[in-house]
Amino acid sequence: MSFSKELIKGIWKENPVFILVLGMCPTLAVTTSAINGLGMGVATTFVLICSNIVVSIIRSYVPDRVRIPVFIVVIASFVTIVDLTMSGYFRGLYHALGLFIPLIVVNCIILGRAEAFASKKSIPLSIADAVGMGAGFTLALVMLGSIREIFGNGTIFDFSVFGSGYEPVLVMILPPGAFLTLGVLTGVFSAVAKYRSKKWRKYVSQDLGKTAVVR
Amino acid sequence: MKEIVKLVSVLTVVCVLAGLSLSYVSSATQEARDYQDRLELLSSLSMVLPEHDNEPDKDVVEITDKTYYLAKKDGEINGVAFITSTDKGYSGLIRVIVGVQPDGEIISIGILEQKETPGLGSKITEDWFIDQYKGKSLENARWAVKKDNGDFEQISGATISPRAVTGAVQKGLQAYQEDKQEILGGGDVVQ
Repeated sequence: MSFSKELIKGIWKENPVFILVLGMCPTLAVTTSAINGLGMGVATTFVLICSNIVVSIIRSYVPDRVRIPVFIVVIASFVTIVDLTMSGYFRGLYHALGLFIPLIVVNCIILGRAEAFASKKSIPLSIADAVGMGAGFTLALVMLGSIREIFGNGTIFDFSVFGSGYEPVLVMILPPGAFLTLGVLTGVFSAVAKYRSKKWRKYVSQDLGKTAVVR
Repeated sequence: MKEIVKLVSVLTVVCVLAGLSLSYVSSATQEARDYQDRLELLSSLSMVLPEHDNEPDKDVVEITDKTYYLAKKDGEINGVAFITSTDKGYSGLIRVIVGVQPDGEIISIGILEQKETPGLGSKITEDWFIDQYKGKSLENARWAVKKDNGDFEQISGATISPRAVTGAVQKGLQAYQEDKQEILGGGDVVQ
């Protein structure tokens, strides 16, 4: 598997939210606005990159039977480091995300990538995987947050969209709105994936064929 | 047996390393965090206190479990700030800082901490909501939201949060009323 393929798979083919359906708790809970989605996505990506690197480094020293507790300790340490550092140096951001930072520990995307990828692959590939998965997660959260903010508050990134005459659909920023939006977006993603799957497979096989010939 | 020893030692090493690095980060950022905490307190104090030439976070009166921050101009107390909180909000604690003139009339309030529903209860942090408390005192206002026959606006879809804030501010004002003599002490009071 090439570096760039690991990098882009998280955005579309294995999007952690819409395709793998991982990390649903933060996805549903924090996407009340586009900026919250972006902040959570960026913070998660950072922890994901750090934990993937460390897990990949220590992968050959950790016995199988204790790998989960070891991964959790690594992840929780990075989350705490992010929390402390942000509290000391980026107070504005810290307040905007305060509630969501500790939530990253229990985000199953991070443990999932440590378990399924970083514990088996080299360090550069693990970084590519983390960056791609983080980008896919961030993208999904920003999409969810934007849609909910537009309909639920009439704004996007705090800029007014419909003007002052718009009556916000409150349910969109309440918990049911998260389920509705996630359901619709997941449906759209699946439909598009299905439509493209034949073309995609053809493209991938041609692509692989070409590289095989060149090499 | 041999395997158990290995498992235990790996876990121990990982946890010790994690603990060490965390205690390092914690102590390395301690100063920066204290500094930010103080900046935050000072900025919220200056939000609710009149112009002053002392350091209100150091000029404090502590009565039982309450802390009163004093603003002084030319050595005379011209404002008192205190933090009041309530758990009667929709979720979690709401912490409110209240600045009053020595006679108990509100100069301004500020929401320090809240976890109300974003877009609904969280509107208690908006200016139009905060501003309605300015100039109010225990005597000149009915301390309840309009739905409960009071003087304060509620938020449509979220009556609980404004009700909680109003209750918290009232509780704070009542405590100030009781402690007033002791806080202002023998010092000269600007009326």
